[in-house]
Amino acid sequence: MSGKTDKAGRPVVVVTGFGVVTSLGVGKADNWARLTAGESGIHAITRFATDNLKTKIAGSVDFLPVEPFCAPSLTETLAATAAEEAITESSIGSRGDFPGPLFLAMPPVELEWAQRIEIATTLNQEACGYDELLRVCGDSQFAPYHERFLFGSVADHLADRFGTKGSPISLSTACASGASALQLGIEAIRRGETDAALCVASDGSINAESLVRFSLLSALSTSNDPPQGAAKPFSKNRDGFVMAEGAGALVLESLESAQARGAKILGVMEGAGEMADSFHRTRSSPDGKPIVGCIRNALADAGLTPDDIDYVNPHGTGTSENDKMECVGMMSVFGERAKQIPVSSNKSMLGHTLSAAGAVEAVFSLLTLEHQRIPPTINYNVPDPTIPLDVVPNVARDARVAHVISNSFGFGGQNVSLVMAREPA
Amino acid sequence: MADNRREALITGIGIVSCLGEGAEAHWQALSSAQPRADMTTFAPYIVHPIAPLDYDRQIPKKGDQRQMEPWQRIGTYAAGLALESASAKGNADLLAKMDMIVAAGGGERDQTVDSAILTGRQKAASPDSFLNERLMNDLRPTLFLAQLSNLLAGNISIVHGVTGSSRTFMGEEASGVDAVRIAVSRINAGQSDIVLVGGAHNGERRDLLMLYEFGRCNLKDNFAPVWERGPGGGFALGSMGAFLVLESRAHAQARGAKALAQLSSVVSDRSKRQPGTVACALRRLWKGVAQRLRPGHFAVLSGASGAEPATGEERTFLADQIKAPIRATGTYLGHAMEPQFPMNIALAATVVGRGKLFSPGDKSGVESPTDTAITQVVVTGVGHWRGEGLALVEAAA
Repeated sequence: MSGKTDKAGRPVVVVTGFGVVTSLGVGKADNWARLTAGESGIHAITRFATDNLKTKIAGSVDFLPVEPFCAPSLTETLAATAAEEAITESSIGSRGDFPGPLFLAMPPVELEWAQRIEIATTLNQEACGYDELLRVCGDSQFAPYHERFLFGSVADHLADRFGTKGSPISLSTACASGASALQLGIEAIRRGETDAALCVASDGSINAESLVRFSLLSALSTSNDPPQGAAKPFSKNRDGFVMAEGAGALVLESLESAQARGAKILGVMEGAGEMADSFHRTRSSPDGKPIVGCIRNALADAGLTPDDIDYVNPHGTGTSENDKMECVGMMSVFGERAKQIPVSSNKSMLGHTLSAAGAVEAVFSLLTLEHQRIPPTINYNVPDPTIPLDVVPNVARDARVAHVISNSFGFGGQNVSLVMAREPA
Repeated sequence: MADNRREALITGIGIVSCLGEGAEAHWQALSSAQPRADMTTFAPYIVHPIAPLDYDRQIPKKGDQRQMEPWQRIGTYAAGLALESASAKGNADLLAKMDMIVAAGGGERDQTVDSAILTGRQKAASPDSFLNERLMNDLRPTLFLAQLSNLLAGNISIVHGVTGSSRTFMGEEASGVDAVRIAVSRINAGQSDIVLVGGAHNGERRDLLMLYEFGRCNLKDNFAPVWERGPGGGFALGSMGAFLVLESRAHAQARGAKALAQLSSVVSDRSKRQPGTVACALRRLWKGVAQRLRPGHFAVLSGASGAEPATGEERTFLADQIKAPIRATGTYLGHAMEPQFPMNIALAATVVGRGKLFSPGDKSGVESPTDTAITQVVVTGVGHWRGEGLALVEAAA
């Protein structure tokens, strides 16, 4: 057996390029410098009026030009920016000709208030029911909204731009979406269907209504002042997550193909695991079984044991429920050792990049492996005695890290964990 | 095939539409050749409404039903039928290892709230503050969960206990094709033993009519079979739920599950649409299924929507290049985007199960009567805007 297959005889899947955009900036270098310095990208919202809203802060990405502005267009721009960095780094294929499929994690799409108001305005009358709106939707000025607000157009445009092969897959597993996109890429390479896959996760969906939706579910922090202090994962005074935007993109390749073309290997996707939760639409099963099962499935898929894990990049949203259940899950999987394994939440600085989070955090897990340095959990000032984890409080730390596990959990009982390493075994 | 143990079999079917509930009702309705379209409720738009369903039968808790919008109820109901048909319903051990791929759009908006906001903001001193205030006060907190794409899968996990894995694909028709394609690929490669795959759609929605009216895709005023709609054609949105239980031959045999049909191949692609590209993509994809086809014994179940130019190009391709009887189910079912392809695979399984085809549904000459024994069906799935796919369904060996 060559080193090009894993213990289960499947092709080893490696990373040969990756890119990232968050509220901290564009690109790996900037993001890593600021993340390890403990800087927060959370700020007061200026994109829309926040009067009458309880939460007035977010980690929105406001520095990329998007015209006309809407969630799918920003999501597309973020995705393209991260994918450009990833593909350039990997030097795979040729420009506009990526030799494999696209797996894109992204938020659901729908017509937004700006368009609804624009259409209503053309009616020039008081009554604005849907029957009235429908009368003018066929006007040619609104024709571009068909393509833009289809669920499939973001992936379609990216497939055109990067020349990915076959039917691009857009997917959502809520806040686990980014990890699911990577899992689909890993599986496609292991099946031998392709030597490479472009896995992208992007979310640019912050607007008044999306914020209100999470707010009505009491999921968001209302610690508006100062914005940088709002996201407090694992702290006793945590009061919810902070919505954020961003994108992560990874070029996955079989080890064999990467070595054959002399590509630099930046990391190994050792395993992925999942398990759905049937307990509740927004809450985890109180016994933590699905989270535990998910992490164990990922370890088994990677051919590793809990003792092999040196660092956990948690879901760590900063909601009361998530952090408690994630701790329960970790204690169950790692036993007493759970208290010694560093666990630090990127979301303390980035906020929760929702559909993008799984890939954004995979990017930072790979950077943790590369630099042998663990970014901190900031805003950790009031420890929660029921969460006895080493959260790498407030200051980054150098450490020997060979294997990382990254967790992503989402509404709808979605749980996905990824296991990554620096070098092939 | 050297090893047929990893072939994908269809061991469960759960379908609901305007034609009713279950494979038998669909067969009867298709055989009667009577389209069921609603011309009045959304006039001038034509839709195919969901048949009346007793949701309590598959979603026993009223509390669960209240948490869902119609598309989720339709899908959760159809998923329950599929599990029942596969003798998997309530089998906790089996459901705990069952994988799931759902093709989904999003849920319906609260049109009363939207309309009141659009009307009220015109007189508001600060329209933006007014919008925020109304959204905070008028949106039902649970509506979000009834709209989220992945919450159809979430509801299936909660109501039916499917928890092996849960993935939701988005992207109109193509998401339905790719959901089935990935499910079959995983089974063939040994990455999965049993998968629940499908989707649901509520076509009785003004907000969706708006989206498709931007592209002038909606069928208006006069009903006609899809092949007869011509250059100004369009689709009539349909309400539909369609789920399949797919299973490796080895796994089905081990638990004594009956194979309804074999799903031998699923192929898909995305052509950048220009004149001729749909026909070109179908010709390329056809090579992926042609090898197994037995001339004289196969039929084509087309997922043509009626939207042009896609439907016209598919018609030309089929008429010019494929010597086989053709049926377009969209004439009867309407067009339901994500679940259309899984639905047509389910109907194809019914056709090969009976060994014969139902009557033609158009007078344009595309569909003609046949008495031949049918053991294979090629299902087409051409998206109204993007995505092309084919599946080959064969009588179970």
